[in-house]
Amino acid sequence: MTAAIELREASRAFGAVVALDRVSLSIAPGEFFALLGPSGSGKTTCLRLIAGFDHPDQGRILLEGEDVTDVPPYDRNVNTVFQDYALFPHMSVAENVAYGPRVRRVAAAERRRRAQEMLELVRLGEFADRRPTQLSGGQKQRVALARALINQPKVLLLDEPLGALDLKLREEMQAELKGLQQRLGITFVFVTHDQGEALSMADRVAVFSRGRVEQLDTPRGLYTRPRTAFVASFVGSANVVAGELAERLTGRRTPFAIRPELIDIRPADTSLPDGMFGADGTLEDVLYHGSTSRCHVRLDAGPVLAVARSESAGATPLPLRGTRIRLAWRPGDTVALEAD
Amino acid sequence: MLRPVSTFLHGRNAFYVSLLLLPPLLWLGTIYLGSLFALLAQSFYAIDEFTARIVPELTLATYRQLVTHPANVDIVLRTLLMAVAVTVACGIVAFPVANYMARHAGPKLKAFFYVGVMLPMWTSYLVKVYAWRLILAKQGVVAWGFDTVGATPLLDRALETPVIGGPSLASSYIGMFIVFVYMWLPFMILPLAAALERVPGSLLQASSDLGAKPGQTFRNVVLPLALPGLAAGSVFTFSLTLGDYIIPSVVGAPGYFIGMMVYQQQGTAGNMPLAAAFSVVPIVLIALYLSLARRLGAFDAL
Repeated sequence: MTAAIELREASRAFGAVVALDRVSLSIAPGEFFALLGPSGSGKTTCLRLIAGFDHPDQGRILLEGEDVTDVPPYDRNVNTVFQDYALFPHMSVAENVAYGPRVRRVAAAERRRRAQEMLELVRLGEFADRRPTQLSGGQKQRVALARALINQPKVLLLDEPLGALDLKLREEMQAELKGLQQRLGITFVFVTHDQGEALSMADRVAVFSRGRVEQLDTPRGLYTRPRTAFVASFVGSANVVAGELAERLTGRRTPFAIRPELIDIRPADTSLPDGMFGADGTLEDVLYHGSTSRCHVRLDAGPVLAVARSESAGATPLPLRGTRIRLAWRPGDTVALEAD
Repeated sequence: MLRPVSTFLHGRNAFYVSLLLLPPLLWLGTIYLGSLFALLAQSFYAIDEFTARIVPELTLATYRQLVTHPANVDIVLRTLLMAVAVTVACGIVAFPVANYMARHAGPKLKAFFYVGVMLPMWTSYLVKVYAWRLILAKQGVVAWGFDTVGATPLLDRALETPVIGGPSLASSYIGMFIVFVYMWLPFMILPLAAALERVPGSLLQASSDLGAKPGQTFRNVVLPLALPGLAAGSVFTFSLTLGDYIIPSVVGAPGYFIGMMVYQQQGTAGNMPLAAAFSVVPIVLIALYLSLARRLGAFDAL
């Protein structure tokens, strides 16, 4: 099967800053694909290359097997939902949505009908004659979505689509986007720095760091089998143990990750069951999050580990700050990481 | 020592604001609007034909003279056509410059451009006008330039054009037009660059992303959003051309312009009502222009 999008060794530098460093990616048709990473990791540059707003210094971009590296954005069958929505302020909502057909010289009546159809799709049918300034953030987002979908693109690109929305609206839009993607069967590629968003929405996630793809995997794969220390801490907020401490605990020097919720807190002097790892330390800080609490424990060996504990009914109260405690985990729960 | 004053003013917002606004409002109200009103009033005064004294009797005779006398109508039309031509040319020349300043130039280059656009305004206006007369003269640098590249026939052909031509650039309407465009160009570039700078780059990308070719993006997105800047700039170029009397008297063909007429009527001719009536013409024309621009939606994107 031909990939919907393919990047071959694509590189892009801005002066001395390498934004994208020989990245190769292949995105399948109909996939919901996330580009995840902190700011400056290259994820947005990658999206801009696919949209055609930027040109790679090296490498090729392919859409459905066709080399589009030198094709301008207006000739690519790809549409974008911008981070700031980029709605035209001098046009009504309907005119915004009908812009794609308009520049492709579709007759006025026909494009009006299609725009109305798209607005119904995003449940904004009654807002056709409003100006973008009269809409809320969530509504603008949906107009931008309708405008990008009206050309029936093979691929929809979304640049931090939910970044400017408040938490509740963001959760609603997540579900709406996911539903829309399944209904339309279009390939969605979205950029985000929010790992929760990437994990909950995407079929596959490419984790970017310093211009490279650190790991490309399913959300579950990323979370349970991170390959590098960066992925372990950025995606799963996992503890990464390396160097001497790793050697003392496991007998090997290779770094490993252990997720906060897989660590037990026990009294300082308890003996551990067979096969469990243990490390002594002092409870430094407790952050209460409602359903869980997050404890920061400074190990005697130096590093601070985060431990998450469920706060469901019946949980015994946590020891006080400054108490000596023992952390324990099963060796099978740790994930060995590639050495940097 | 000032503490009691600030304590007194704190919380008395309306009083504080009116204290701040009163002097400028007085200035604007009495000096500016007052004299404008006096001017308007004078245009309705009668003039005694024998003694040339102004009689404060209200009459429309001056305006009748303005619109029925062919020479006066010619002056108004000549000035209006020049103002329109200068405004259109300024818009066309300014757009690429303003667009480059707003969208493409880096911070250093942008500063250089802003200084470069404003620098000519630091020089005396008269010096520039007289300099242009030399530049455009028969033996001036422009004629020499045409001669050097062997394009003198081209220049001669242009100067042979009826009405706008003349014996040399310096004594033709073409030359006057060039000087006007040069003189008012900064007033078009600056508001236009400011307007273009306010257009987010993502709008242009969105347009291109949705399938618009560069020309379509320009027509559908850039131009409509730059219209308020274009309108502001054109008000400057239009009104400055309508009112100017130095450029037409130093450069160009001998035909009269509104500004020259005002200058002459209130000075040597001593016909204050006619001078006042002539100076009302640009006010009316600009009011018409603004309402037309508004009707066309130039201010919708504001």
